[in-house]
Amino acid sequence: MKIDWAALGSVFGVSLIATVALVGLFTLGIVGLSKRESATAQGGSAALAVTGAYACFAACAAAVAYGIYLIII
Amino acid sequence: MEHITLLLGIVIVTALVFDFTNGFHDTANAMATTISTGALKPKTAVAMSAVLNLVGAFLSVEVAKTISGGIIDEEGIRTEVIFAALVGAILWNLLTWLLGLPSSSSHALFGGLIGAAVMSAGWSSVNGSTVVTKVLIPAVAAPVVAGLAAMLATRLTYRISRQAGEKATSKGYRAGQITSAGLVSLAHGTNDAQKTMGIITLALVTGGVLAPGSNPPLWVIVSAGIAIALGTYLGGWRIIRTMGRGLTDLAPPQGFAAQTSAATVILASSHLGFSLSTTQSCSGAVMGSGLGRKGGVVRWSTATRMFVAWGLTLPAAGLVGAGAELLTKQGTWGIVLTGALLIAGSGLIWVLSRRQPVTVDNVNDDPAGIVTAAIAAVTPPPTGAVAATAAATGDLKTTIPGPDAEPARPATV
Repeated sequence: MKIDWAALGSVFGVSLIATVALVGLFTLGIVGLSKRESATAQGGSAALAVTGAYACFAACAAAVAYGIYLIII
Repeated sequence: MEHITLLLGIVIVTALVFDFTNGFHDTANAMATTISTGALKPKTAVAMSAVLNLVGAFLSVEVAKTISGGIIDEEGIRTEVIFAALVGAILWNLLTWLLGLPSSSSHALFGGLIGAAVMSAGWSSVNGSTVVTKVLIPAVAAPVVAGLAAMLATRLTYRISRQAGEKATSKGYRAGQITSAGLVSLAHGTNDAQKTMGIITLALVTGGVLAPGSNPPLWVIVSAGIAIALGTYLGGWRIIRTMGRGLTDLAPPQGFAAQTSAATVILASSHLGFSLSTTQSCSGAVMGSGLGRKGGVVRWSTATRMFVAWGLTLPAAGLVGAGAELLTKQGTWGIVLTGALLIAGSGLIWVLSRRQPVTVDNVNDDPAGIVTAAIAAVTPPPTGAVAATAAATGDLKTTIPGPDAEPARPATV
């Protein structure tokens, strides 16, 4: 019996890292956007936070696109 | 010749029925968290999942060349064996649905195939080590991997989002959950609809209608896609309730972390050459996200029942498959009888399910004692006695027994 431990290990590692990274990025994006809300409430702007937020969402969108690509091929 | 066409017709219909049960059995995987956290309305969620399943069925052209992935020897497999295997898989899927337990449809199919193949050609037709590497190890690994990832992701997202405003977070988590759930649905349509296409194609080849190695005809692709989408749209509300409410109480950040973990694990595993079951990944992810929140609980009694169901899937579907094969071996009358038994069994399960229907309206009720209630609904005595047993054996939270035959559905939660 040959158990492909390497494949199992890489599934483990990739899943763990990708999940945590994606969830972390997305949450950072949410936090960034919420900074804008509080900033506009105080009459200021939060350009940096908002740019960062959109960068995070863009990265997540890229990951989703890659996911769809993996499903199709 | 007439015999073959009758049998072939039965097999094709049965394969589509299996595809249909697969659809509503697995809706929970994609949509349970989205529904229970309120990110989407139940009807909207299943409709979206159904559409994506249908799209997924057409997306990939790589149709499974084997139906068991080497678990049984498919050389010279007879059409009756496929039929018997499908009977075992369908009945197990329906039974676990009745009990509201998420279990792997693929494992049910493997179990049915193993049972039918053993009855048909003896133990030598089963590849034991492939069973271990393709079924047993993934069954243990999937919930662990997905659960661990979901747990860490839940911790992280709670820590980061502490400083964020309420409005932005709820909107954000909602979008995130819907996206992850969409990916799971799409992947499900691609994988599982193709399994059915593979079965029908194999049956057509063994029946001499198609040349060996040919691609599935368009009608096979279309019908398999439609069957799985219809099943998904029907919504396996019983399983959705267990997964979304029964295992743990999910808040939107947890739902997002769990669904993202499930989607990642499914995609990573199928492309790194170690396929993990969708159902088991999703259940594991939900439990992991339950553990990841401060003060979150996993209802281990419900989880234990689910684990037991996972363990039983292969042998139980196998026994039914073997019994069905024993009958179909007897000739045409045996095949007809097996078909009749399948219909009778499915009808019985449906009638039992009507005793305590779970529908789009009550899918989000009752966080505790769901499986207990489902089992109580199946065992005979109604009214007060059930309320007593449900309360006695009830899960972590004590439920306030309703006035009459609604034992485990507290008025306010």
